[in-house]
Amino acid sequence: MLNPISAAFKRAKKENRPALLTYTVAGDSNKKQSLEILKSISKNADILELGVPHNTPVADGSQIQTSAYRAIKNGIRTIDIFNIVKDFKKFNKTKPVILMGYYNMIFQYGENKFLQKCKSSGVNGLIVVDLPWPENMKFAKKCKKKSIYFIQLLSPTTTNKRLNKIIKNSHQMNYFISMLSTTGGKLKVSPKKILKNYKKIKRINPKKEIVIGFGITEKTIGKLRSADGLVVGSAICKEITRSLKSRQNPVTNVGRLVNKLRNKIK
Amino acid sequence: MKLKKKIPVIDQGNKLGFWGGKFGGNFVPETLKKPIEDLEILFNKLKKDKKFINERDKYFKDWVGAPTRFIKLENLSKYVGGAQIWSKVVSDANGGAHKIYNATVHCLLAKRAGKKIICGDTGAGYAGKMLSMAAKKFGLKCKIFMGAKDMERQKPNVKAMKKNGAEVIPVYSGSQTLVDAVSECMRFWVANCDKTAMCVGSTVGPAVFVRICGWSTSQISRELKIQLLEEFGSIPKKLKLYNCVGGGSSSFGFWNEFMDYDKKQCEFIGVEAGGPVKSKKHAAPLTYGSKIGILHGAAQYVNQNSEGQIEETESISAGLDYPGISPLHCFLKDTKRARYTAASDEDALEAFKLVTKFEKLRPSLEPSHAFSVAIKESKKLSKDTIVIVNSCGDAYKDQGILQKRLGKKYVKSN
Repeated sequence: MLNPISAAFKRAKKENRPALLTYTVAGDSNKKQSLEILKSISKNADILELGVPHNTPVADGSQIQTSAYRAIKNGIRTIDIFNIVKDFKKFNKTKPVILMGYYNMIFQYGENKFLQKCKSSGVNGLIVVDLPWPENMKFAKKCKKKSIYFIQLLSPTTTNKRLNKIIKNSHQMNYFISMLSTTGGKLKVSPKKILKNYKKIKRINPKKEIVIGFGITEKTIGKLRSADGLVVGSAICKEITRSLKSRQNPVTNVGRLVNKLRNKIK
Repeated sequence: MKLKKKIPVIDQGNKLGFWGGKFGGNFVPETLKKPIEDLEILFNKLKKDKKFINERDKYFKDWVGAPTRFIKLENLSKYVGGAQIWSKVVSDANGGAHKIYNATVHCLLAKRAGKKIICGDTGAGYAGKMLSMAAKKFGLKCKIFMGAKDMERQKPNVKAMKKNGAEVIPVYSGSQTLVDAVSECMRFWVANCDKTAMCVGSTVGPAVFVRICGWSTSQISRELKIQLLEEFGSIPKKLKLYNCVGGGSSSFGFWNEFMDYDKKQCEFIGVEAGGPVKSKKHAAPLTYGSKIGILHGAAQYVNQNSEGQIEETESISAGLDYPGISPLHCFLKDTKRARYTAASDEDALEAFKLVTKFEKLRPSLEPSHAFSVAIKESKKLSKDTIVIVNSCGDAYKDQGILQKRLGKKYVKSN
């Protein structure tokens, strides 16, 4: 069976648009609400990234940090995250879900046990921010055995030699970090330049899907629409924070935001 | 797991930067892979380069003020009535603590790499103060990340950093202490690694930072070895080296040159921060058996919950208030080369009172932890045992805490 992640890219391509990937933090602002948010955005998003909150995140900007701290404060545990995915999959069986987080959370849970749980709850892919190549080779192999995509990160600082090696060893999807920044930074590089880098990577193996993330908002998403997929994270976390502050319902507000994002890349 | 002889401990990691196959490594975002590799290549080249070593030694001698004193604490020894207690007064170094060695080397490396800005983290403020001094000396712009709580409790050092022209950035996330400062500094580097050099303030972080820091602070034991030979004619038969351990930079540097001696002759005792007696929180992952986890790019023993969230620490000394510990010390613990124990906040304050009562020495709260254990153990040791405590910081920065906890008479203005 085709991994639902690949199926999602295929479908988007048919509609002549990039796949829309969203990132929210599991358990933000609580378990129930984060499930409702997933359901609400799944109407317009093609692939759902779900963050595993960690309290010493070295690559996340303030928006995602705020969401992660809020989720941890409200008691989210790793087992709850699998339950959220499981419940979501009951609601929508085919929509792909990717867990994204830091390695210590997997290490403490136990790599094998973590992957088993991923499999049984319906997780389709994993992004581990601080487990780069080649350190991730063993773990990526384990993922493959379970038909879970291990998604490699690529950055503007990744050398050509490294790019070639990583892509050669990668599964079907890779994630290109648009610029030197933590998540949610202001886009300090022009979309044109980002796409130039993107195309260079894409040429190495055109069959592999490359998504672009970091700094993408309602304002910038349209200009990057020629990519295979685009990830919006911090802008969504920010909207959750804003909604909570102004005592509005984050579920409907975030749903509306993702609808707008989708319209920009129609 | 085995410690090898005749190979510097900093070079005993495997290809991926793991000591003993499991401590350290490079758990970093992809963006940092290249800058870390660049730094590794530069450091590996320069640490073998005679010209660079001469340059380092020149700055250590003329600017840092090497060697720092090695003195006998006669009155304290008499009072304790056991082993001879000595001190390596590393706080003599320019700026008042051992952090100057790592800061100087990082600035020299940054200059060679053509960087214009250097960023760093700080807990007690010493790493930040020294980096600001070195940056000023070598003409680099300097950004220091410091937990908001630490800025409040270590004001004199904040003032010093600002005076040296550094930008001090308060960190409000998490516990607002060193752990958050290191995270924020790493995030800044992720976003600015093209123009900026990073200095990690202790023997922690991705493997190359552990190595650079250990290489730099080893100056302490290089000096001590010479001083021991001058004083005793040979390395004493019964030698015990006590040092506080937070991240572990001063202790590693204090021990490095004696690594190959049998531990029966030369024992290493690391003293972690046990926190307040009445609190369950501490900063002593080695003493209290914390599990291995990943923090700031390296696998190490670290205070964490069963899920993998890093736990808040508590200690009177900001410099030791860190949930993790250098991979080098994890390695020294598991190979049984060093022994680790903890002293509480109250123990450290008592030791400070004793040392200042008997000697013209004002150790900061960090080395006061080491003094506490050294004094206790010295009582039971023979007169021919040489106990040496690394007094790696000066108490000037602690005046606010000392006044609050011990009263005015323990505060001395500089």
